[in-house]
Formats: sequence, C-alpha cells, structure tokens
Amino acid sequence: MLFSSPYRIYSSGDHSITIEAGNQIDTKINQEIISLFHDLSANRIKGVKDIIPAFQSLTLIYDITICKKEAGNQSVFTFLLALLEHRIKHPIAIVKTASRRINIPVCYDSSIAPDIALLAELHTISIEELIEIHTGKEYRVYMIGFLPGFAYMGTVDQRIVTARKSVPRTFVPAGSVGIGGEQTGIYPFGSAGGWQLIGRTPITMFDPKNEIPCYLQPGDEVRFFSITLSEYKNWGQS
Amino acid sequence: MSIRINKSGLLDTLQDEGRYGYQHLGVNPGGAMDRIAMHIANALVGNPPNETVLEMHFPAAEILFEQTLLIALAGADFSSTINGKELPILHPVLISKGSILAFGKRKYGARVYLSVQGGFTADTWLNSTSTNTKVNAGGFHGRALQKNDQLLLNNPGAFSFVFTDHAFEVLPWKAKTAELYTTNSIRFIAGAEFGNLHNQSIVVMKTQVYTISRDSDRMGYRLQAGPLTTLSHQEMISTAVTRGTIQLLPNGQLIILMADHQTTGGYPRMGHVITADLPTLAQMQAGETFQLQEINPEQSEDLFFEQEMNLQQLQNACNFRLQEYLKA
Repeated sequence: MLFSSPYRIYSSGDHSITIEAGNQIDTKINQEIISLFHDLSANRIKGVKDIIPAFQSLTLIYDITICKKEAGNQSVFTFLLALLEHRIKHPIAIVKTASRRINIPVCYDSSIAPDIALLAELHTISIEELIEIHTGKEYRVYMIGFLPGFAYMGTVDQRIVTARKSVPRTFVPAGSVGIGGEQTGIYPFGSAGGWQLIGRTPITMFDPKNEIPCYLQPGDEVRFFSITLSEYKNWGQS
Repeated sequence: MSIRINKSGLLDTLQDEGRYGYQHLGVNPGGAMDRIAMHIANALVGNPPNETVLEMHFPAAEILFEQTLLIALAGADFSSTINGKELPILHPVLISKGSILAFGKRKYGARVYLSVQGGFTADTWLNSTSTNTKVNAGGFHGRALQKNDQLLLNNPGAFSFVFTDHAFEVLPWKAKTAELYTTNSIRFIAGAEFGNLHNQSIVVMKTQVYTISRDSDRMGYRLQAGPLTTLSHQEMISTAVTRGTIQLLPNGQLIILMADHQTTGGYPRMGHVITADLPTLAQMQAGETFQLQEINPEQSEDLFFEQEMNLQQLQNACNFRLQEYLKA
C-alpha cells in the first residue's frame, strides 16, 4: 500500500482520472504521490499520455481510444479506476529516489526585489533577517504548474508567510523569487503574477533548448543562497 | 516549396494534436482547438489526421501560394476567396502557383484550419509541432505568423494539372460535418466539487444560458450568466486540470479551460466538458450562447467513440475519392 492516509480516485474529465490523498499540504503525502508518479512513469499504463503530480494528488491524462482496447466491455474510467486501485495496493516498484539537493542563488537587492522592504516592515523584521529566514531552510518542490517550470516550494517559515497581492502585477520579470502564502517559487518566464517578490535568480529555470527543459523536478529539495547585485549581473560570465 | 504570408491575421499558428508527456513540468499541451476540423482538413488532402495545420482566427491571414498545391479549409467559414473568386470550404482544392488566398466576412465559426498535402515544415519541440507562444517553441519559430513569413512545405505532390480559366480547381466532393458537431447544448460530466454547489445553483447551472465573454481565448472561455454559489467556502489545494475543465471563479462565474490551459489550478471544479463537444465549443466565439447538459462518464466515452468512428469513415471516403481522382 502506497498511501498512509485515506485516498479517493475520481474522474476529472472523460480523458482524465485523479487520485487524491488527504486534504492538506504535507511532505509525507507528497512523497507518496511522487513515489506513485515514479512507479507509474517507469511502468506505464498503455494509453496514458501524461502523469501530473500535485501537492496531494496525481492526475493521469489518457487517450480514450487506446485505453478502450484494454478496457474491453467496461468503460475506460471503470477500467482505470480498478487498475489504479491495484497499482496503489501493489506497487510494481516503490522507487525510493533520493531527492536531488539543489542550491539556487538569489539576489535580494531592493532594486530587483520590489516587495522585500514591505514584507520586512509587515513582519517587523529587518531585510537582513528576512533574507536569513528565506535562505535558512530547505524547501521541497511539491509540484510544477501555473507556467512551464514554475515550482511550488514550501513551506516557508511562519515568520514570513505572506498572502498574495490582492491585485496581481500585470508583469513579473523572469527569475523573480516570490512568496505566496506558505509557498515560495520562481517565475521562469515574464508573466502576470500575484506573489510577493523578494529577489531574483540569474538561473534560467526553463530552457526549451535543453532535453530536460526544466531546472527543477517534483520532489527536489531546494536551498537558496544570497548573492550581491554585481554577482547577479555577472552570473555565468566568469 | 512554400507559402508566404502577405498579410497577418489576428492569431495564425501552426498546431497539431498537442504536446503530451510534459505536463508534470508545467508544459501545457496546446494543439488545435477544434480537433475535428484539423482531422477533416487533413483527410481532404490525404494527410494523416494529426498532420500539422495552420489554425487561423478572425480576421485570418492573406496567403500567397508559391507553388501549385492541394489544400483544404475546414472549421469556420470566413468567406474564403482565391484571387477574389469564392472558394468553398470542406473541399480539396488544387491551387495554382501565384494564387492568393484571402478571407472576407465571418459567416460562422471562430477558427479556420488550412491543410496542405504533405504538411507544413514545422519546428518540433518535445514531440509536437504545436506553437507554444509562452515558451516560444514549436510551430513556426514558436510564434504566431507575421507578414512576409515564408512557410516551407514537407513533401507536396507534384501536380501537372492544367488549370482552365480559374486559378484553382475545387475537387467535386465535400466533407459532411453535420453529425460531428452538436447543435443544442454543451455536455459535461460532474467535477469533484460539483456536489459543493447549493441545490438551487445545481439547477441554475444546468438550466441557465451562458454567454461567452470577450476575454476568452485559446487558454479559456469565460462565461457570463447568473452567479453560482457553494455550500461552504472550501480552501482548495491545487490539482492538475485539463482541457474542458469547468472551474468556478470566486465571483460565481464559470470558466472552461481550453487548449492552452495551465496545467494546474486551484479553483473548484464544477465539471468537465466532454471531449466530443470541445470542437463545437472551440467554434463558438464571444457573444455566442449555449446551455450546459450533464451526462455520465460512460455516455461521454460512447459519444467520443461514435465521433471517432464517423471521422474514420470520413477519412476512408476522402482517401478513396482522392486516389480515384489522381488515377484518372
């Protein structure tokens, strides 16, 4: 049995099925979800086109026609429901992939961190303390979504938990590091966005020219380290 | 071996069936909004169903053909013309070198698909030629077509056709599409949070008329109607979402996710438009109205298989007619 907490499986469209475990964001549940993700990726169900892990859920997108050939007289949904129940109870391979540890440089200079002073004031701490708190913890990549390569990481220290902006910015530059509630994340592309921006990384988080275009993967452990503005500007040039 | 964009349209992009296998990295699938029109356009010129096509919104591009070609248009009818003469959609058409395809008034539909025999030469990114304008990859340099862009073609057949007084020849068979699209309502299956709606809102959701709002695009269709309310305010944890997912926004309005949807979302999922009805929805545009009808997942699958069978028959008939024609 893969899950230590109650789970349910439901249809999320006529070409999509979702497994949801528990009802909170929790490291253990997320690890179980990622285990199932690895098992289903390594031992694929015929016709499944995408396997998408989220905080406490996993969704399979499938080709209805291909799955029907396996399903026979049953509906594809009924067939996959039973198959997934079986795969959860009897995983083919519980893949205990050690999480990758990744260090990411962040420049917290106010000139490219538009919300950092505001957040420090809001939480009655100094900017230096805020940087120390943000860099002082390892964050888990719970899932990737919203934009190609946008990693939802958490959870941040209670002292810097901050609600998203009530009115999102129409443009957030690529590389911006933000806090949204208990989560922290990096915008891989320029986009609209509502997270509180406390820094910027010189790392390219998503590069379509790479075979694996995404810098981070679900399940990674990430730690940020502070760099100066000039280090930020000259990153990768030395 | 090419076509050239004389004048760009509102949004003209190369698309195939979409980019699957990378949604766990946040890469959305994209692909043709109207998969039926893509299939038909390809079938008419003898291509495989998922060959790359040019998807055009209204107003659509003006295109110069730099060689003689077999083409077809399917989906929306924007009053297409060749050198000013009316060109019907849903037929295979031989176009002579130097001809210009242009569009006039929008008669119906929101997206027209152009296929060329052999397909367009497109950038493949992560196993798909669909244009991803966010990442700027796939299709034609990852972007919408612009004036003077030259699109190369894969392997068009060589035609020694002698054109008479026209610059084009409409081949005498037409794809019948009536059975492939729905006319009455858009059908959906219940989503995970559907049961969280007030009883009254459940009735309202399935009986009221929805108007497609102006800020609707390839990412999603925002609907305007009476607001729906839920029993409790449920703090949602984001999950994957998919094409057709109907989300309830905080203001009580619904949004239906379309081809360029984000891979994850945190709004309550009221339902999922069935795959068989997505092409119909994709051909509706701002201001048009429809109703939502609930069916069960089994019915949804059956409707899909029926549609696929009809498409397969159409494909077979097109191939047969084309082969007979080319032999003669």
